[in-house]
Amino acid sequence: MANVLEVKDLNVTFSLHDGDVSAVRDLSFVLGQGETLAVVGESGSGKSQAFLAIMGLLARNGRATGKAVLGGTDLLALSPTELDRHRGLDIAMIFQDPMTSLNPSLKIGRQLAEVLVRHRGQSDSAAWRHATEMLDRVGIPEAARRADSYPHELSGGMRQRVMIAMALLCEPKVLIADEPTTALDVTVQAQMLELFKTLTDDFGAALVLITHDLGVVAGLADRMMVMYAGRAVESGSVDDLFYAPNHPYTFGLLHSTPHVEDSGQRLRPILGLPPSLEHLPTGCAFHPRCAFVMPECRTARPELTHRGGGRHAACFYEGELKEKEAAE
Amino acid sequence: MAGITGKDRTLTAYADTLERLDAPKGRSLTQDAMRRLIANRAALISIFLVTAIVLIAFVGSYFVPWDGTKVDWGAIRKPPNFESGHYLGTDQNGRDLLARLLQGTQMSLIVAGVATVVSVVVGVVYGAISGYFGGRVDALMMRFVDIMYALPYILFVIILVVIFGRSPVLLFVGIGLLEWLTMARIVRGQTLSFKEKEFVEAARAGGAKPFTIIMRHIVPNLTGPVVIYATLTVPEIIIVESFLSYLGLGVQEPLTSLGTLISNGAPVAEVLPWLLVAPAIVLVTLLLCLSYIGDGLRDALDPKDR
Amino acid sequence: MFNYATRRVLSALPIAIIAVTVCFFILRLAPGGPFDGERALPPLVLQNLRAHYNLDQPIWIQYFNYVWRMIQGDFGPSMVMEGFEVSELLAIGLPFTLMLGMTAFIVATIIGVIAGIIAAVNQNKWPDYVLVLAVMLGVIVPNFLMGALLQLLFGVYLRWLPAGGWSGGNWLQLVLPVTVLAWPHAARISRLMRGSMIETLGSNFIRTAMSKGIGERLMLTRHALKPALIPVVSYLGPGLSYLLTGSLVVESIFGLPGIGKYFIQAALNRDYGLVLGTTVFYVMLILVLNLLVDLVYAWLDPRVRFR
Repeated sequence: MANVLEVKDLNVTFSLHDGDVSAVRDLSFVLGQGETLAVVGESGSGKSQAFLAIMGLLARNGRATGKAVLGGTDLLALSPTELDRHRGLDIAMIFQDPMTSLNPSLKIGRQLAEVLVRHRGQSDSAAWRHATEMLDRVGIPEAARRADSYPHELSGGMRQRVMIAMALLCEPKVLIADEPTTALDVTVQAQMLELFKTLTDDFGAALVLITHDLGVVAGLADRMMVMYAGRAVESGSVDDLFYAPNHPYTFGLLHSTPHVEDSGQRLRPILGLPPSLEHLPTGCAFHPRCAFVMPECRTARPELTHRGGGRHAACFYEGELKEKEAAE
Repeated sequence: MAGITGKDRTLTAYADTLERLDAPKGRSLTQDAMRRLIANRAALISIFLVTAIVLIAFVGSYFVPWDGTKVDWGAIRKPPNFESGHYLGTDQNGRDLLARLLQGTQMSLIVAGVATVVSVVVGVVYGAISGYFGGRVDALMMRFVDIMYALPYILFVIILVVIFGRSPVLLFVGIGLLEWLTMARIVRGQTLSFKEKEFVEAARAGGAKPFTIIMRHIVPNLTGPVVIYATLTVPEIIIVESFLSYLGLGVQEPLTSLGTLISNGAPVAEVLPWLLVAPAIVLVTLLLCLSYIGDGLRDALDPKDR
Repeated sequence: MFNYATRRVLSALPIAIIAVTVCFFILRLAPGGPFDGERALPPLVLQNLRAHYNLDQPIWIQYFNYVWRMIQGDFGPSMVMEGFEVSELLAIGLPFTLMLGMTAFIVATIIGVIAGIIAAVNQNKWPDYVLVLAVMLGVIVPNFLMGALLQLLFGVYLRWLPAGGWSGGNWLQLVLPVTVLAWPHAARISRLMRGSMIETLGSNFIRTAMSKGIGERLMLTRHALKPALIPVVSYLGPGLSYLLTGSLVVESIFGLPGIGKYFIQAALNRDYGLVLGTTVFYVMLILVLNLLVDLVYAWLDPRVRFR
């Protein structure tokens, strides 16, 4: 399987009044053609900022270093104008909040059509026609009429479909979806995930699914990467990580998520709060909350190491993680 | 003329915040804002400067060698001169400019004070009545406010000038009568939320009359908005006053105000520049400081802004 | 859009009616009048004068007569400038006032919007600081003082521009009045524009637009400009009122022949007929212009139309 996106040593820092804060540290990963990678972590883990950095969409005070190679081009080395030739064409992004992510003062058709005008050089009318077809394809009823309306006339689910249609217009190699279902009703969420699945299959796009919802991961992703305090702490196939996590944080996440099968079981939340990025704990950033903490965790930081079978984890503890050990 | 301080927006934002908080927290919001205002260096310097101008305007005239109405026949149209005691020079009639300036500043400040008080009183009473009685009374009263908002108010000021003529006090009571709209809106909103509170219910159950409830239980809770409103209104009235006086519709000789002085100084500024420059500096300083205080207040009330 | 326009026109009508009524009664019921001069007029003369101006009829008849004639475009006679109808004076002054006011309005709005965008894009860099200073001057210095100072500097000392007057075609004579009139307006607009542009640039849909690779220029012109203009447009109505009333002063300072000049003269002479006529006319003008601004607003923000 060829890799479409290779990210190496990605660092994202924000300069604030009282010094710099690192949101993402030394992040490296690859994304294979057509695969679905779930990026999982709590808010503040840097999962969104990493991908905003790749898209060149950081806030004014943000800086990104490292490499993000897409089809032979390092996106991070490009000037904004050069980057604009790739954004929307080879790589596209869908955002969390469909209510505010569409321009309220432009008709939907126009917002879609401009992508085709920009990247495919289509005429306005041809672009509009294609936009309507795409709206139809993502399951928007009466697509022609919808194209001619403003975002506020659509429901949240419909708007997210519009966002998806917009991102897929140029059949990008990589589609990044940042919490695409979080802001939606539960019933709509399921439909949306189904839509993602069929569409990414149809278009052959690799999907990066940024989420904190493990249910979404289980239903959709091939591989997953768990992030904590700006770093990847574990990655591997979804099956492996779900059934035999190597990192206590992954383990904690899994056991703090309700499952239908074991409804009688008590949920075990991860104790403590996510660390503040300005004052990270020494050693392993997770150690204050870790149920398997060992003395060296407090002083040294474990590197992300290969654990066989395409899996990686950053933890000194190499034994099997068991629940009774986690419970005090 | 209105709007140098963005009074409406600042106050409305403040009142909205107040409404979202409980009454005891509301007080701490005001205290918090005041603390932040004091921490704002530009605002603090402005407060000192304004205080200084007010003190000098009212006390200074006792220490000036010349009287503003007295004519010094030996020194007509003279530039600033320290030996003769005309520190800022004299005008075409041989009157001491410094003395005139103090007198004029005094007048401008008095006018601003009177008009502000009038507008606060009218605004509070109107807003409290509208909010307290609610229903159709409220709808009608607020509709009237909306309509007044839509009208160019400086024209009404000029009409009042035509009617009230040359009495400065009446004139500026008149100006005050046109500046109360925002205050009324804020007070109405506050009253609407206060009248559901327990302490008002208790007073009503105790048989207090509406007027007593408004005056004793609602108005005292409005100190914060009133102080802010007054701070923001003063510069606006100073501008209106100087504008009218400049047009010859405001304060008349032998009384004087900053606007009158500028109006007298402007035509002769080519040969007697000090007659324009001195009052202009005082006016601009005063307005600048008051607007810094206004800005400081706005920032203090809305910490997320910037 | 058409329904919205109709509704707005209908809601402006009561305002117009109330404005006319209030102005009329305040002026007619106020003590004193144009004929209270230094010397008392002989009773017979006074009676004739009052009859001439229909002041001897019951006030409500005067009111309905006035409104009826006003609808036909007749704002009554001037009571001091003999033989002049208010509408004649308006016809002389209006074209000039409108020309001056609209020139200043357009110039100021364009400059303000552009300056605001530049300041927002260069947030906290030197163009932003230059703007802060210009805004400060424009907002703090009252227009009559600004007028006097600019006259002195450019008209008297430097002699670059004529200090005043209007000889019907020398556009240089308009530079200073337009500057004085436009400056505060441009200052407020640029401040609003800067704030709302910064807010818009930080919004999610701008991030979406950038993620599509349409480039910064299109992002600014097509995506950011319209939403960022919304608060600015909602200020244009009141801004226009300030500007038109500001032209009262500017016309007086620079000796320009607009309605403002007549209005001030009328107020000084206590010419009730002219004051009433001009005020009513001004109110109408401002209402009509506000209405236009509202329609622009509805076009910019489609959500407004559905409220």
